[in-house]
Amino acid sequence: MKIKADTTVCIGAGMCVLTAPEVFDQSEDDGTVVLLQPSPPAGLQDAARRAVGLCPSGALSVVP
Amino acid sequence: MTDVTLTTARQRPFDPPDELAELRKRGPIHRMTYADGHRGWLVTGYAAARAVLADPRFSNRPEHMHPPIPGRLELSNELRENEFRMPPGFFLRMDAPEHTRYRKLLTGQFTVRRMKQLESRVEEIAEACLDRMEAAGRPADLVEHFALPIPSLVICELLGVPYDERGRFQDDSKVLFALGSKAEDVVGAMSRISAYLYGLVQRKRAEPADDLLSGLVTGGELNDEELTGVAFLLLVAGHETTANMLGLGTYALLADPGQLAAMRDDSAVVDNAVEELLRFLTIIHIGPIRTALEDVEIEGTQIGRGEAVTLSLPVVNRDPERFPEPDRLDVTRPAGGHLTFGHGIHQCLGQQLARTEMRVGFPALLRRFPDLRLAVSPEEVPMRSDMSIYGVHRLPVTW
Repeated sequence: MKIKADTTVCIGAGMCVLTAPEVFDQSEDDGTVVLLQPSPPAGLQDAARRAVGLCPSGALSVVP
Repeated sequence: MTDVTLTTARQRPFDPPDELAELRKRGPIHRMTYADGHRGWLVTGYAAARAVLADPRFSNRPEHMHPPIPGRLELSNELRENEFRMPPGFFLRMDAPEHTRYRKLLTGQFTVRRMKQLESRVEEIAEACLDRMEAAGRPADLVEHFALPIPSLVICELLGVPYDERGRFQDDSKVLFALGSKAEDVVGAMSRISAYLYGLVQRKRAEPADDLLSGLVTGGELNDEELTGVAFLLLVAGHETTANMLGLGTYALLADPGQLAAMRDDSAVVDNAVEELLRFLTIIHIGPIRTALEDVEIEGTQIGRGEAVTLSLPVVNRDPERFPEPDRLDVTRPAGGHLTFGHGIHQCLGQQLARTEMRVGFPALLRRFPDLRLAVSPEEVPMRSDMSIYGVHRLPVTW
């Protein structure tokens, strides 16, 4: 599983960090998403997928 | 079938109006007549609401606006006559990419990490409010002593607005949110708050401090009119939202002692309980409202260009397809995914701050007054059906 993040679309709502803090962070400058683990290990994949689903701006996607 | 209209009158304090809840059983999207006669739509289904909010073909700009309820007709006409001049920097009512520029200047200030770092300060503020409430003696109005001052003190401190100057904007802010306000009073209140904040921007420019507004002023990206609009939005939004969640949330917990005990006795439940209270109570009860910029199909319904779409979030957040047994308050259910903070590019900028205030506030209250209870009978609690953000006007409590 691979996660893709588009920081040009991201609005910095923080839902991903709230949902999967091991996988996502936010930039100190503009609050946009920072991918800590672009390929999250099995134990974090459910949370990562939930975070992608919750993203309000459509900045996150799962690459099969 | 005749068109529906939007109502804010409720049969029970915590449940959405029965007419709207009944509509959801018939389908996710309904023809709705707006107060100016416009034929638009009302969304009651979760998936449809999420689709509308995420779709850039729906605009949030004020010139497309149609008033969903009679209380907003006069204001809508007034704005139309004035060509919908919103304060510059009032990015809530902008579309991308104009909106993006303002939002990106602010998002770094409201990250999950930043807001977590505020926890200990919010804790101090909450305890100080509770000290004063205890000292004032019982019975006390929980709104006056707890629900309003906590978010008010926090947002003032964060923005750099002197709290002792709150008399300059708090009453005017109430006028903005009262559905029965005359248009001229709303316009007057807006210009007084703007004038106050414009002056504050000048003061920050002369003497910058360690606060958000000073940071924006010295950042040099925005002019003084834009800074005033941004400050307006953050100050007003920071006051009226969490304050009503803390007030109404406490009332809902007092009405359901089992849920109150679950939240009080297990700190691991608190974060989720806050999400569930946000879902169950959904204090944003009018809108959001969007307008289709072109023909759009949502959940099999054709929405025409220029047609307004109003979402009933309290009903949407009780969609049984998304939240089983939706009418039950259950602080242990997975409540994430509720649309109380919205969805799409306008999703609440301050949501992580609101979460911090509630995650700190509710437990601090329940710790301080384990025996907290209503000081009046439930039917005597004045509900905010007459305000654009729902909640309680007052909550008399004793302990």
